[in-house]
Amino acid sequence: MSFPASVSTLNNYNDLYPDWTQREVSTGTTIMAVEFDGGVVMGADSRTTTGAYIANRVTDKLTPIHERIFCCRSGSAADTQAIADAVTYQLGFHSIELDEAPLVQTAASLFRDMCYRYREELMAGIIVAGWDPRRGGQVYTVPVGGMMTRQPVSVGGSGSSYIYGYVDSNYRPAMSKEECLKFTAEALTLAMERDGSSGGVVRLAVISEQGVERQVILGNQLPKFSTV
Amino acid sequence: MDGITYQCLGLLQLKTTILAVKFNGGVIIGSDSRASMGESYVSSKTINKLIQVHDRIFCCIAGSLADAQAVTKMAKFQLSFHSIQMESPPLVKAAASIMRELCYNNKEELQAGFITAGWDRKKGPQIYVVSLGGMLLSQPFTIGGSGSTYIYGYVDAKFKPDMSLEEAIQFSTNALALAMGRDNVSGGVVHLVVITEAEVKHVVVPGNKLPKFHDE
Repeated sequence: MSFPASVSTLNNYNDLYPDWTQREVSTGTTIMAVEFDGGVVMGADSRTTTGAYIANRVTDKLTPIHERIFCCRSGSAADTQAIADAVTYQLGFHSIELDEAPLVQTAASLFRDMCYRYREELMAGIIVAGWDPRRGGQVYTVPVGGMMTRQPVSVGGSGSSYIYGYVDSNYRPAMSKEECLKFTAEALTLAMERDGSSGGVVRLAVISEQGVERQVILGNQLPKFSTV
Repeated sequence: MDGITYQCLGLLQLKTTILAVKFNGGVIIGSDSRASMGESYVSSKTINKLIQVHDRIFCCIAGSLADAQAVTKMAKFQLSFHSIQMESPPLVKAAASIMRELCYNNKEELQAGFITAGWDRKKGPQIYVVSLGGMLLSQPFTIGGSGSTYIYGYVDAKFKPDMSLEEAIQFSTNALALAMGRDNVSGGVVHLVVITEAEVKHVVVPGNKLPKFHDE
């Protein structure tokens, strides 16, 4: 489960200082990852906000941790960048020691260890996904608080609340890669339409044995729904 | 309507999931059936949150139960009086306007939002939302209550204007079942009221007949 990232601070309104000088930079966001047979599909919106100002409208929230392991970041931009950098270093070191590709579960455990140990200081919700030779495509979610669990489909970020119903009703086990891509793009679009902290473009990544393919769906190419 | 209810601890709250949807020839208004005190005690499993304010006009409520009961009681009285004076069944918009007047003029004290849906001769099936501060808005479908956040994506994707009765019942049941599956303060059975020119039909979908999704 994910945490609504934007807490209202309307009471702290101060005419002298604009909103964006007083608020932390947050990736209030929508992120998602789906397993399929042979890999994973990951997706995210592209909006980073500082209060009401959109600090970056083309953010890349899909961060590489290793050759076939990525993470989707939500929550405080500073916290998630710092954690991702630390885990990238640790995982790279571990992989050299082992002399083989690291497991996705290892990456997820490293995220979990850090998020749990520093849970009081951090505000980070992370989805770790990738492919390894032992278990194929896997998605692990590490929400705020530092739990870790594997799920066939996982959504996170402030916009995820709006799409639980859609994901529950539309996900089927054993979807193909193309079906997963369509499902992810549609779910992210619906969330972006309802969540003020999510928007911009949809960034997608497919990770499989062959490697990583990345795509961007621009605003005018997003799927359209009848009422939206 | 949704955010404020979480912050009012100590009051009996109808944290819930409610919806209304227009279809070809009528409206469906629906809700779950759970009343909770705090996050962990279910004080009623089978409460009916759909209140009839006139022959073909129903309301459902989210927020403070006391406020909602007071407002609907007053609206029912004013509406029946208005209907007798006009010597004809009231308009759905009239019912919604009465609720709006009450909510807007007492906005400091009240903490309740309403969905009013019904059928009248002038405009046929209609749905009106009266929000917390007293805004009145007409919509082809609407969702409300704490559980509604989880189904915005689903209803945005699945709603089509001019659905048939069966499609609309399926749409409402699915939406409520999905919300009840994710929101711990919504649950129980699904209450639906189908309002058309000819009749008012109350449909109850018990827990074991609710649609199941992939992880259940």
